Amino acid sequence: MKYLCLVYLEEEKLRAVPDRECMACGDGFRKSGLLVAAEALQPVETATTVRVRNGKVSITDGPFAETKEQLAGFYLIEARDLNDAIQVASKIPPAREGSIEVRPVRQLDLQ
Amino acid sequence: MPVTDPVHEAVNAVYLSDSRRVLATLIRLLGDFDVAEEALHDAFRAALEQWPRDGVPTNPRAWLVSTGRFKAIDSLRRRSRFDALDEAGDQAEIAVVDTAAWADEESVEDDRLRLIFTCCHPALAPDAQVALTLREVCGLTTEEIAQAFLTPAPTLAQRIVRAKAKIRDARIPYEVPTRAALPERLDAVLRVIYLVFNEGYAASSGTLVTRHDLSAEAIRLGRLLVDLLPEPEARGLLALMLLHESRRAARTSASGDVILLDDQDRSLWNRDQIAEGTRLVEGALASRGFGPYTIQAAIAAVHADASTAAATDWAEIVGLYDVLLRADASPVIELNRAVAVAMRDGPAAGLALIDAILQRGDLLDYRLAHAARAELCRRLGRTVDARASYERALALARQEPERRLLERRLAELL
Repeated sequence: MKYLCLVYLEEEKLRAVPDRECMACGDGFRKSGLLVAAEALQPVETATTVRVRNGKVSITDGPFAETKEQLAGFYLIEARDLNDAIQVASKIPPAREGSIEVRPVRQLDLQ
Repeated sequence: MPVTDPVHEAVNAVYLSDSRRVLATLIRLLGDFDVAEEALHDAFRAALEQWPRDGVPTNPRAWLVSTGRFKAIDSLRRRSRFDALDEAGDQAEIAVVDTAAWADEESVEDDRLRLIFTCCHPALAPDAQVALTLREVCGLTTEEIAQAFLTPAPTLAQRIVRAKAKIRDARIPYEVPTRAALPERLDAVLRVIYLVFNEGYAASSGTLVTRHDLSAEAIRLGRLLVDLLPEPEARGLLALMLLHESRRAARTSASGDVILLDDQDRSLWNRDQIAEGTRLVEGALASRGFGPYTIQAAIAAVHADASTAAATDWAEIVGLYDVLLRADASPVIELNRAVAVAMRDGPAAGLALIDAILQRGDLLDYRLAHAARAELCRRLGRTVDARASYERALALARQEPERRLLERRLAELL
């Protein structure tokens, strides 16, 4: 069984835990065979929401805002830039019914 | 600084004519808006120092790009931010070797388009698109934009900072969209330009002078876009703006009151703008792929063509609204069509259409729907209905000149 562990933090606490510590945790999980994938994300200001309605792609700034929508899954993708990421996101089938939040992955700062 | 000496004047002239081009290219070469802006300032500072001594270079723009680029790389190294910005550094290194990449005219013009499309990227918030476009493409200062949009300067500055951070962190690419993506992306650019124009044209509040400048800025942007990318809708939008702008002198009285199209002194209309706008509409209509902006411009051109209000070809206008409804259906366009139908077939026909829209539940809070209904009721002698609709419109109107117009109309009903 695979489990997705989602990390939630208030904006001002985004940097409260040192990245080094998260990296060490991930390394430990990996060694124990527990980790499939882990990434830190850029803040919510960098989010873009992609929806497809009647075959037309709509792009808006910011995260999804529909309170009835719930996190239903995720795709971690490799894309050259945001335009390519949007292209890929628009092909994810639930984009037709709900919305896909595209959020860039953040490099951990290990300095 | 005193601008009396010819070299300073030359630097100022190059700043006015070329600083946005230089910035657009520097953003491509350096890969970061903030780094590029700093490089731009450093380049002009260097020009002020060196041109008086060495003379104005034969190609000032190329000189500024190359100087700005070197200064940026230099300061990236000096501040040892090379690690944090190694990507910008890498790109800058490549640029040092590849001199041809920035020298030719075509890639420089492409840079301006890249800048426009990046500032108007749909992944940025609409108000951020507007602010960023005015700041980066038009070169307005943050204070000027804040003043024009009646927004506190810190709020506007924050909007721009966030937009730039998103461009960098979400990696919005600095490129002209592919053919396939172009129609949609161009729509976003046209929307930004038209929004800037309307903000200036509506003259809802704030000092008239500042707001007029916004319309002029939008027209300048529209021209730039047509030069760089002569798509039918880009030409249609420029035509639409010119045809509206041509009526500016006639649409307000000396006391600042609104004068409606029917009552305007048509001798005050700007004939040059009408001629240019009409030429652009004809060109756009003749090409495939025109859309809502071109059709709206065509409607404005029919008005512009009428020497008096009574001479207006309303049948032609109704026909154009039919085309517009097919291209871009909306209750507001239906309302405008209803007003044209009233002019063609009489007030009763128009009123029936407006009532149908309102009964459907559309435009109930749209002041112009009630104002138009009031006007038609008045013409039909239905004074009680006219009064109720004028009052509804007045309750919804927020712009002072418009309120005065509605109050005058109400008073005339007595």
